[in-house]
Amino acid sequence: MEDRMSLIVFSGTVDKLMAASILATGGAAMGLEVELFLTTWGLEAFRKGHYKTNRKVSKDFEEYGPVMMEQMMAKKVPSWMENLIGAKEVGDVKILACSMTMELFDMKLEDLEPIVDEVTGVATFVERAKDGKITLFI
Amino acid sequence: MPELTEVTIDKEIDARGSFCPGPLMELIRGMKALPVGGVLAVLSSDPGSAKDIPAWIQKARHDYLGTFPEQGYIRFVARKAH
Repeated sequence: MEDRMSLIVFSGTVDKLMAASILATGGAAMGLEVELFLTTWGLEAFRKGHYKTNRKVSKDFEEYGPVMMEQMMAKKVPSWMENLIGAKEVGDVKILACSMTMELFDMKLEDLEPIVDEVTGVATFVERAKDGKITLFI
Repeated sequence: MPELTEVTIDKEIDARGSFCPGPLMELIRGMKALPVGGVLAVLSSDPGSAKDIPAWIQKARHDYLGTFPEQGYIRFVARKAH
């Protein structure tokens, strides 16, 4: 087993991206290798500039969305993107884009935020995740 | 654990009002910037810091000099060991 945390970031809503970014930060801080595999709506959220206007929250708590965003602004909570930038600063964090979603949504690596490191197939991600200690689907 | 008055703090970072894991991140950044042997203090009002910060200091093998509770926040003090 390796000290690695693998996160499958499927969701593109701010609440779940926030959770993923904080977990990634914690992992990086504690010296784990962290890999984020962005797929489907999770990858869509990393399209260049999208994070600045993304205000979506999970459907099951949709009514809390505006209040949550308001509180986050008022309390100056760093955005999930800022958290990920910070996580990369302090630790070993790789952000991988799912090749299948890239094709599905006609994306190229240059269409994504520069924080995304590379395009990877699911098999490569799973192959690495299988040796890690933590794998989460968010 | 030494009394706070026995320790000379080289740098103090005020991370009060910053959210988990903000104060820990401030500590990590502060440690990076400090020369070996330097003493760093971080002020945090985040309840998560009480466990997170000592855990990180131990994991990163720096010298944990103590936790000093103040009114509404905690002062964490550590010496950069390497």
